Amino acid sequence: MSKLVLRRLDRNNEEMLVNFGPQHPSTHGVLNFLVETDGEVMKRAIPDIGYLHRSLEKIGEMVGYPGYMPYTDRIDYLAAMFANEGYAMAVEKLIKVQVPPRALYLRAISCELNRIASHLVSIGTMATDIGAVTPLVYALREREIINDLLEALCGARLTYNYHRIGGVAYDMPEGWRDRVIKYLDRFDSSVQEWDRLITWNEIYKKRLGGVAVISREQAIDYGLSGPNLRGSGIDWDLRRDMPYGAYPDFKFEVPVGRGWAGAVGDCFDRYYVRVLEMEQSSRIVRQALEKMPEGEVQAKVSRKIKPEAGEAQSRIESARGEMAYYLVSDGTERAYRVRARTGSFLAMGIIEDISPGLMVADLVALIASLDVVAPETDR
Amino acid sequence: MPQFSFAFPKPGTKKLLLGASLAGAIGIPVLLASLLVFVIPMIHKPVFDALIREKLGHDPASWAGAQWVYAIGLFLAGIVMFTFAAISGGIFSWYERRVAGRIQSRIGPNRVGVGGFFQWIADAVKLLFKEDLVPAEADSVLFRAAPYFVVAGMTLVFVALPAGQAIVVADLNVGIFYILAVTSLAVVGIILSGWSSNSKWALFGAMRAAAQIISYEVPAGLAILVPVLMAGTLSTQGLIQAQGGWPWEWFFFRNPAAAVAFVILFISQLAEGNRTPFDLAEAESELVAGYLSEYSGFRFALYFLVEWANLWIIGAVTTTLFLGGWQIPGVTAQDWAAVRGTGAFPAWGWWALQFVSLGVFSLKTLLQVNVIIWIRWTLPRIRVDQMMQLCWKYLVPAGFLCMLFTLLWQMVVAWAPLVERVTAVVVFAAFLYVTWRFLKQTRDNVSLIAHERVDLSNW
Repeated sequence: MSKLVLRRLDRNNEEMLVNFGPQHPSTHGVLNFLVETDGEVMKRAIPDIGYLHRSLEKIGEMVGYPGYMPYTDRIDYLAAMFANEGYAMAVEKLIKVQVPPRALYLRAISCELNRIASHLVSIGTMATDIGAVTPLVYALREREIINDLLEALCGARLTYNYHRIGGVAYDMPEGWRDRVIKYLDRFDSSVQEWDRLITWNEIYKKRLGGVAVISREQAIDYGLSGPNLRGSGIDWDLRRDMPYGAYPDFKFEVPVGRGWAGAVGDCFDRYYVRVLEMEQSSRIVRQALEKMPEGEVQAKVSRKIKPEAGEAQSRIESARGEMAYYLVSDGTERAYRVRARTGSFLAMGIIEDISPGLMVADLVALIASLDVVAPETDR
Repeated sequence: MPQFSFAFPKPGTKKLLLGASLAGAIGIPVLLASLLVFVIPMIHKPVFDALIREKLGHDPASWAGAQWVYAIGLFLAGIVMFTFAAISGGIFSWYERRVAGRIQSRIGPNRVGVGGFFQWIADAVKLLFKEDLVPAEADSVLFRAAPYFVVAGMTLVFVALPAGQAIVVADLNVGIFYILAVTSLAVVGIILSGWSSNSKWALFGAMRAAAQIISYEVPAGLAILVPVLMAGTLSTQGLIQAQGGWPWEWFFFRNPAAAVAFVILFISQLAEGNRTPFDLAEAESELVAGYLSEYSGFRFALYFLVEWANLWIIGAVTTTLFLGGWQIPGVTAQDWAAVRGTGAFPAWGWWALQFVSLGVFSLKTLLQVNVIIWIRWTLPRIRVDQMMQLCWKYLVPAGFLCMLFTLLWQMVVAWAPLVERVTAVVVFAAFLYVTWRFLKQTRDNVSLIAHERVDLSNW
């Protein structure tokens, strides 16, 4: 707590306190950073969160188990599928329901497509934050097509509400498989396009390489997860190391930061891990479409879910790191406690300790490379 | 039942609008060029005197207030130059957005006139009608004054900037030195705006801009010395007259150090004009809008007017110094004198040739403007320390070396003039080769992604 108290600014030293947000172009939502600067060099940046708090965990205790599903979309609007899936998995554990294999495959496909879309926004906005405006437009162009595909699948483009307790809402529409494959054929070359567009640009590498290095120990200590953790060189992916859903059936690689543009764990590693992850997601979607089993997409679950008293936990690999749900049931129709663990919240914690000594422009790169999304932080 | 009809662009109206906007889109540049060609040479004293003598039958020398007449003439020329700067700035703003649209695989402005050509007028009108807002805590006087310093810094450059054989308001004997000096005036305006806005972001941007512009004047000055040493004059017209029309007669190709100096000057001017990758001062993702943060309406428009008019200045200065300026290939100084005739008032052929020289100068300048726009929409932004490093650790020493090399080079050329000829041909051939490689690479890149086009009509 004492950390959060602002120390008195040393006026003799010409320090300045700048409010970096809440209305700032590169805070990716409504965030505030209290930045203590000495000229261009930061003394530290203190994240100030809570502008987007919507009491989503409390709502989970009020609306009953199936009714909470649409709310999970709002936890992370760029990767709503993961929030859906995590919650569905937790409830399934609570009521001990077996999900049909076809539904598991559809979950994997929808999640991986969503991961691509989310990473596209992440790397696109990152390029914009560094000052190159053009790549974002290309990223959004690709994402639009994924949005179209997911819209065909579940009827929504942003807040999907696709997963259900015990399965998914709809089966694939007719011809959807071919459309996805046609799109992936095109998408697979887009990583190369992305490399040509921005990745190996000399200025871009200079801006990101060796900046805001997070060491292996620090990454573990601060509970970073997902691409941020792998950017620091730690080979850890829940999809492979603690498999859930249909993931044991798929072959894929886990890209890890190698210090492509300087030190392992710098902004560039976190960025490029995301680029490579999109390639792997595409691989997973292809395999899932190929091996797709026939059958139901929804297990038999009664409309009123009234689990026995107890607790359940689910962990999934979201686009922003590990997403975990912890449910406590007291035997009624409503959960006693719903807790969501999100990647962005923990990533925010590291900013204050990494920021001293960085330039103001590096703070933008750091925020972008951690892929912090404000609603996921606040919930 | 009342009948409503909302079909506004009737077929006839549509054709009329199309014609009108086409006429405007072609007419405005033509009108600008004619203004430059016909008004600016008139104020040169011999022509001016001859005009009055022949057309009015008076002798200006006999007038009591002759000085005032000359002053009014200069004032008119100033208005023409400012109009030219402002309108070309506006047109560049439209052009830049069209190019950005192409680069970003979207359309860009296309609603106002043919290809959205009148977008810049629409934007200016919009900004003029905005509320005249001065933030409550701002230093109101300085806040209002700041944009005019920036505008003055930009317009004063046009006094000594040539655009054709006789198209220069005043051919100062310290021309290029003067240009270097008045461009710094913009720094005053930027610091004033940053300070008076009473916003931390504005102050941040202003400090960055000041540090950047002042630093980059050093390599710019060193690079400018190279052609100055080669020509032996500071006058802009003198610099151009020391070069020739053909590429191998340009300073750029005549001296290897000049080619390097060209690159140094180009980079420095990008930095002085706050263009990407040096747009640190108004870095949107870091400083919101830098020193512009608190500005709106007309004052905001002035800053952007200057930013785009600066595009022409960047291109024109390098064209003047390195790329042969307005020199038409194959037309020598003797030809110019022959075409002009012996009369006090130049012959018609001379005026036509002025148009050609303006065209040559504009072509070279606009090509560079195009490159600057490409750079803006391609490159990321560099960081403040990197910007300083680039300036002081690389550009300044390189500029010094270029200058020293040029001193040596001038001695060698004086001793054996053939060296310069051979170098020009070799460097020109190398330049052609690089250009060819660049175009080939571009074509390969385009053909690489050509198959990736996806038909989105049926999605």
